[in-house]
Amino acid sequence: MTVLGHAELAKYPFLADAGEYLRECGFTLGQLADDPDMAPVRDRAFARVNAAVGDGRVYRPSIKSGAQLPLEVFSFLLAVVLLKMSGGRNLSKKFAMQEARGAETLLERDLGQAHTDSQVLLATEIIRDLSGVAIEKHGEDFVVPVTEYLRRAVTFHAREWELINRRVEAGMVYLTPHETVRLIRQELVNYIVSRIEKAAAPPSVPGLREFAERLSAMEARLRPKTAAPTGEFAPCVKHAARTLAGGDNLSHAGRFLLATYLLARGRTVSEIAQYFENAPDYKESVTLYQIKHLSGRHGKGTAYRCQSCDKLKSLGLCHEIPQCAGITNPLQFGARR
Amino acid sequence: MRPPDVSFMRKCMKWYYFERFEMLEMPADMQKREFGYRRAGAGMVRHLQVRSAADLRVLLLQAAPLEVYVSNARYLFPAMPMSEKIMENADLIFDIDSKDMNLECRPSHTVSSCPKCGHATAGSCGVCGHRGARSVSLACTACISAAKDQAERLREILADDLGIREGVRVYFSGNEGFHVHVRDEGMAGLGSAERAYIANYVAFRGILPKTLGVYPDGAPSLPGPDEAGWRGRFAREIIPTKAARTRMAKSIPAGGYAAFERGLPGMQERLGARIDAGVTMDVHRIFRMPGTINGKSGMAKVPCDDLKSFDPYTSAVVIHDKPALVRASCPVPFTLMGRRFGPYTNEYVEVPSYAAAYMICKGLAHAME
Repeated sequence: MTVLGHAELAKYPFLADAGEYLRECGFTLGQLADDPDMAPVRDRAFARVNAAVGDGRVYRPSIKSGAQLPLEVFSFLLAVVLLKMSGGRNLSKKFAMQEARGAETLLERDLGQAHTDSQVLLATEIIRDLSGVAIEKHGEDFVVPVTEYLRRAVTFHAREWELINRRVEAGMVYLTPHETVRLIRQELVNYIVSRIEKAAAPPSVPGLREFAERLSAMEARLRPKTAAPTGEFAPCVKHAARTLAGGDNLSHAGRFLLATYLLARGRTVSEIAQYFENAPDYKESVTLYQIKHLSGRHGKGTAYRCQSCDKLKSLGLCHEIPQCAGITNPLQFGARR
Repeated sequence: MRPPDVSFMRKCMKWYYFERFEMLEMPADMQKREFGYRRAGAGMVRHLQVRSAADLRVLLLQAAPLEVYVSNARYLFPAMPMSEKIMENADLIFDIDSKDMNLECRPSHTVSSCPKCGHATAGSCGVCGHRGARSVSLACTACISAAKDQAERLREILADDLGIREGVRVYFSGNEGFHVHVRDEGMAGLGSAERAYIANYVAFRGILPKTLGVYPDGAPSLPGPDEAGWRGRFAREIIPTKAARTRMAKSIPAGGYAAFERGLPGMQERLGARIDAGVTMDVHRIFRMPGTINGKSGMAKVPCDDLKSFDPYTSAVVIHDKPALVRASCPVPFTLMGRRFGPYTNEYVEVPSYAAAYMICKGLAHAME
């Protein structure tokens, strides 16, 4: 694990070892919970979680003054404690998603502004800690080994991400800071989710109980409203729908499958949007736009089709069952035996 | 194949796998591979696990198969049905076949043969009237030369762009093309979708105009010849002179964008390596095993260490030269081992066994009982 300075910890608090950081700063969890001087930390922690389910605005840490730095780290650590106390699984995922979005912006900036050797080393080590990808700086760009690039880029649909449309030299793919961060987006989210899941369950802290109860109430509102799909759907589609219904994140390719399948089955855009309501990053306007785009009502008018079973297998989205025998596209499920 | 043909080919196979077994190249981790074979005149046998070269030798001598295959993938349970094998990884393989290149010489060495009576013909068989005549192509040095160029081009892209210099081995397929095997740990771990990206990359397929600096609006910033990757190749091959470059730079803003975009797929043949993308993407395929005989020609799949000087019509001819009597109907002459054979018009001829096997595999001759 990379040794981070205070400024980096404020930007990427999920990289901090919570217990060690508190000990180093001379604090205990009890102090964070009860000390009147720590009220801003508690408020900030609650605000961070609240922002994740609010209007979708990404929480941006305040790192301009040195005095703000501990507040950012403490509030993140306390937010994780509150989430663990509330038992909010859906809330945790939404929180992870929005923290990742915020970190993405900062990481992109750090990569773009890394000029000295030590800055480059720090930024690349953060990427390596988050994703396991060893990147290097070449001029203004960053380079990623072809195999590492391919494993991630195949889940993207835009043609710009196909290898043929990248600069590839001596086994390395050249990326801008923005593209580098985009490439590891899912791993960033997964990393934060895993940090929350791995965090030890805190002892019952009276000073935090009220916050935790409020978060529990928020979690209750996030519980799945969508009924599980009927048995008529292909198993891959059922899996995708269940993933979203359970509040879990579904890959872009999985969302594409669900939406195109439902469009082909004659569902309306608003009916399809309901399946996405429990997605951790759900935004109604964006979802409606994207479904309309897939249906051909927006953009160039291209109506996207449900992908073949072969393609879904290659994307790891196939959940084949014996009844799938003989079909080549999920839309044939149930029609041909 | 007719029974005498099957019998002749089985004898040839037995001789080869008994006398020349050392020509077979055992795959790395062979106990993790799926093996398969096809006997002359019979169907495919798959899902076999072979633990050692000695076991393989016994299998080949017992079965005397016309074709022997091995998976590019390594499995935990290679003998189980496909869904239960559990793949660990798979070598990356490219297939280059001259028949996919629509070369001008092709009609001159292609023959239609009646699978029923063996009479070489065009359209319906003039002898027995059977309608299902099949086309077979005979030895052609121009086709092999074109396939070699593609293999060389592929090797260059793999080395310069994808950084794969070690572990690349080119094999003559035994018939009309080449197989390029890449043994690279990183590449072996890639799935089918990732391999599709690689196949498109080496074939120059799916490139966007903006990748080459061409946009719908505004002046293009065309690549220079010194650039690496596809941008550099495009500059060197498509706009090699200053005049060509200027012409293109002027034509694109003047309504030439759409034409440029439409023209990109047409540049694939000129720039990209002409591979069969389906083969590269498929991680569950079984491929012809290096050193074994190709049932379409009776020649062997052999490594080509020096591609330029490699002559398949001598190096891949592995069956013995004992005389064999066949009834041949081969209107196009061919050369094997430096000796010219044919043309034959439904006549009885005594030829070396390798030439007999070649014509029998092509369906242009029948062995005499």
